[in-house]
Amino acid sequence: MENRTFYNEVLIDHNLHPAHKHDLKHANLILEGINPSCGDDIWLKLQVENGQVVDGAFQGDGCAISQASADIMLDLIIGKTKEEALELADIFLRMIQGKTTEKELEKLEEAAALQDISHMPARVKCAVLGWHTMKEMLKNESN
Amino acid sequence: MSKVEKPISQPNELFFREIRNDFSIFQKLKLVYLDNAATSQKPNCVLQAEQEFYERYNANPFRGLYELGEHATTQYEQARQTVQKFLHAKYPEEIIFTRNATEGLNLVAYSFSNYFFNDGDEIVVSIMEHHSNLLPWQQAAKRTGALLRYLECDQQGKITEEALKNLLTDRTKLVAITQISNVLGCKNDLKKIAQICHERGIVVVADGAQSVPHIPVDVTDLDIDFLVFSGHKMLAPMGIGVLYGKKRFLEQMPPFLFGGEMIDSVSRNGAVFAPIPHKFEAGTVNAAGAVALARAIQYINHIGFEKIQERETALTVLAMEEMKRIPGVHILGAEDPNDHHGIISFTLEGVHPHDIAFILNADHIAVRAGHHCAQPLLQHLGVSSSTRISIAFYNTEQEIQTFVKSLRQIRRKMGYGESDIL
Repeated sequence: MENRTFYNEVLIDHNLHPAHKHDLKHANLILEGINPSCGDDIWLKLQVENGQVVDGAFQGDGCAISQASADIMLDLIIGKTKEEALELADIFLRMIQGKTTEKELEKLEEAAALQDISHMPARVKCAVLGWHTMKEMLKNESN
Repeated sequence: MSKVEKPISQPNELFFREIRNDFSIFQKLKLVYLDNAATSQKPNCVLQAEQEFYERYNANPFRGLYELGEHATTQYEQARQTVQKFLHAKYPEEIIFTRNATEGLNLVAYSFSNYFFNDGDEIVVSIMEHHSNLLPWQQAAKRTGALLRYLECDQQGKITEEALKNLLTDRTKLVAITQISNVLGCKNDLKKIAQICHERGIVVVADGAQSVPHIPVDVTDLDIDFLVFSGHKMLAPMGIGVLYGKKRFLEQMPPFLFGGEMIDSVSRNGAVFAPIPHKFEAGTVNAAGAVALARAIQYINHIGFEKIQERETALTVLAMEEMKRIPGVHILGAEDPNDHHGIISFTLEGVHPHDIAFILNADHIAVRAGHHCAQPLLQHLGVSSSTRISIAFYNTEQEIQTFVKSLRQIRRKMGYGESDIL
């Protein structure tokens, strides 16, 4: 529960200087994700063409964990196929439950910085907000 | 017998140091508890009172035709009288035991509104209400066709007489308002509000959840028609609360919950309901909770509200002075600590309240973060969420200093440099 290690550099940097927190004019998938317990409220915007995430961004308010997690996620999934993005979401959500292998964690790159959130039930919803929203968008789009 | 029962002659500081020993939780846990507006901690004498009820008096009140049952009834009814005297109500039957303030407000909103409201009538609530004094009225309005109107306050939380008078019409039937805001800590002048409303035949429902534990409340002097509060915010266990209502209203209102021990007689076709207060206390009551609440009231009375207020104000002054010196901290509501009644909500620039609460928690400091169940007020103030500390008489200067020290480090921990422009 020691926050000095939890609010690590990766998380702080993505919260203070998010690369993907802006509008996205060419987005063709837009979905709002809300975490009522925290009041986190993000709009996730993706541009998906021929099964590939060409570009993505997010807007909204929330705690550092929700904001950093969404920004890290976009870093990871931009340029990936829908299937790859969904696989990453699956690994991330399992990481939060403490059910991943070392090899899988490597795929998450910086998102692995949020691994310790699994010990903090009150903050899990913040960390998974962006990922859940993305999963819902891409799954619906596939159907 | 707890230490506080000794005559009070020591200087305050020493006195309150001893008070601290009445709360076992502070001996058992490393804890700076600054979330007293959510629920208070419980002194040992209150915990003992509850246990003693079950050890010595436990039977179902009003039912047992045996000595123990009578003892249980006596304990419960004595608790009612303790509450009556505490609130300065005229009659003990004006005191209805509920689970909490929320239940009391729901009781009035159902029972009173279904009976007294017509299509097009108006209900007024203030914008600073806790959701528990808003949602029951929203629903009552939907059920009855009444119109819900909002009484606005300024940024300091002040509601003017003029604003109230302008909002009242000949269709206004009821005004529901808190005595002390759970976000801003400001106090509404209930006596004046009741006077203005009564001149127009309007009923006043007051939420005392944040006031009754901290200031003397005299329902007869204020002349309000209904008042609710929760025991758990004033040293008593969770699950016991009070609705005070003027006798003439309670007698006219239909029951809220139906069942055992709220009837005089029942036939196949109907029932004759018991007189107040029992009409509103269906089912087996929380007698042990009521007894423990009465014990909490005795404990408060023994310390005295004068000392309690003096102590809580001194700690509030200290906290606000120190917090104002921290770059990026903005305190919501009034400048004057005397207008805060121990409740200080604030924002810290660039840091979300949930991160603040989380970081403070690592230093064992408990605060509230979020919308404090008062979303319309925060929207009105233009704030999406805030962090709140709320002080009780058993808090210490040392605890305030620990909180301030931890708060001062948060922006740096979140990556902001000392020179970052605010």
